[in-house]
Amino acid sequence: MEKIWIITRRELASFFDSLTAFIMIVLFLGFSGFFTWISGSDIFMSGQASLRPFFGIAYWTLFFFIPALTMRMFAEENRSGTIEILLTKPVTDRQVIIGKYLATLLLIAIALALTFPYIITISRIGNIDGGAVLCGYLALILISAAYAGIGLFTSSITNNQIVAFLSSLFIGLFFHIIFQVISGSMKGLPGQILSTLSMTVHFESLSRGVVDLKDIVYFLSVSFMGLFLTEVSLARRNAFN
Amino acid sequence: MDIVIENLTKRYGVQKAVDNISLKIATGEIIGFLGPNGAGKTTTMKIITSYISADEGEVFIGGKSVKEDPVGLKKHIGYLPENNPLYHDMPVMEYLEFSGRLQGIGKNEIEKRVAEMIRITGLNREKHKKIGELSKGYRQRVGLAQALIHDPQILILDEPTSGLDPNQIAEIRKLIRELGREKTVILSTHILPEVEATCDRIFIINKGKLVADGTADNLRKQAQGTEIIRVKIEDGATDNIFNALKDLKSVSMVDFTDRRLNRFDVHCRSGEARREIFSLCVKNNWVLTEMTQLETKLEDIFRELTMN
Repeated sequence: MEKIWIITRRELASFFDSLTAFIMIVLFLGFSGFFTWISGSDIFMSGQASLRPFFGIAYWTLFFFIPALTMRMFAEENRSGTIEILLTKPVTDRQVIIGKYLATLLLIAIALALTFPYIITISRIGNIDGGAVLCGYLALILISAAYAGIGLFTSSITNNQIVAFLSSLFIGLFFHIIFQVISGSMKGLPGQILSTLSMTVHFESLSRGVVDLKDIVYFLSVSFMGLFLTEVSLARRNAFN
Repeated sequence: MDIVIENLTKRYGVQKAVDNISLKIATGEIIGFLGPNGAGKTTTMKIITSYISADEGEVFIGGKSVKEDPVGLKKHIGYLPENNPLYHDMPVMEYLEFSGRLQGIGKNEIEKRVAEMIRITGLNREKHKKIGELSKGYRQRVGLAQALIHDPQILILDEPTSGLDPNQIAEIRKLIRELGREKTVILSTHILPEVEATCDRIFIINKGKLVADGTADNLRKQAQGTEIIRVKIEDGATDNIFNALKDLKSVSMVDFTDRRLNRFDVHCRSGEARREIFSLCVKNNWVLTEMTQLETKLEDIFRELTMN
């Protein structure tokens, strides 16, 4: 556990040293703030004291930002060869993966925590549904966990950050849009399966304030799948030179 | 800690990178892995450090198999991989602290250890710089410092002096020799004088196979089984001396080096030849004014063993 934390701390420090963290936080708050409060179907249009417009926008912003955070993590270590130093320290592959994963989630948690003033503002305007807000944030954290898993995996299969970023977006696109769109035009079991696989369907149900174990299991399994595949991909060094 | 490698084999696809290598390294020895590029030195080192796993065979460190307790054994190993990969965006001290903490050095001790490493490797003036800003020689020192931070019993260095200038090479070698007094050291190189200068024992690896094992001196003898002796014999007719030398039992070939001065290079089986030449001179009343053993160069042995 201590080893994981040492790795997490280094990754977090590297986010902040390279300014990635600041840029990510400023852009995240900028985008989501702009569309939540100023433009589009913003909070004043809906006429309700609810954070749902914000959750909808953050859902999209995170979709783009998470691959940008994870793309470096293994791709850069593969490119520079530092992965060899790291994995010959007394740590397991799994500890390294979890350490890096936690660093990503912590940075996202910091960014989300900084939207706290939104809650205060809205609660001043009208009666806010505390449970729904909590569910919304929970949903954002859970989709982040899933996309971070996918991002880490794509980062581990290449030594090029751009390839990692784009392939992560590509895989993410299926969960984000494509499964849902196709499932709409399909009947019966295949449609149902695709709809079950869609991130958006699960996100909407949870961010509406309905806590369903199915949704949570879904997010956790996608995250777990990503981390598992990352571990498999790291073990590939045994088979290829 | 000693290292025992038993029948180690590693395949990449159909190609065998390491082919049935067995060797023993005693505690405190400085070992040189010698071989052409792509011979399997690096792969062997990667297996010893548990970075990759072997297909067949086992590596025992201090009697324990690396398969069974990789994390436990990694604690005793300091490793400097080929090309010395480092996090270029990290300052030297932070990086050493990170390495030390991962090696299990406690919070209270880490500062002291980092300071000591900086002292030993002479990084004091560079310690607050980012690694990416350092010159190659200093980066190599950072690489060594991260390998040494937890005072490991085994030190594995993959081409530790490649790309350095002659002064830096001399410094790194000196450092390795000093450290090697208490540690088991394995270093790989394809620079021959390097192993002669630093290593107690040499393993020559070619195409994944161990082709020679011994001290530099031993290898010279083993590879040839013969030696070359330069002699100068006076007070006799050149042709007589030449023919007499050629007829000696242990001599295989005689070359003139200087006909006028009666100087010859005598190729012979090592051991008996020198006595025979001396008795020959005594018997014929010739005067032996020079007898030198010519060194077989390690380069020649290396070429002989690794070319086909």
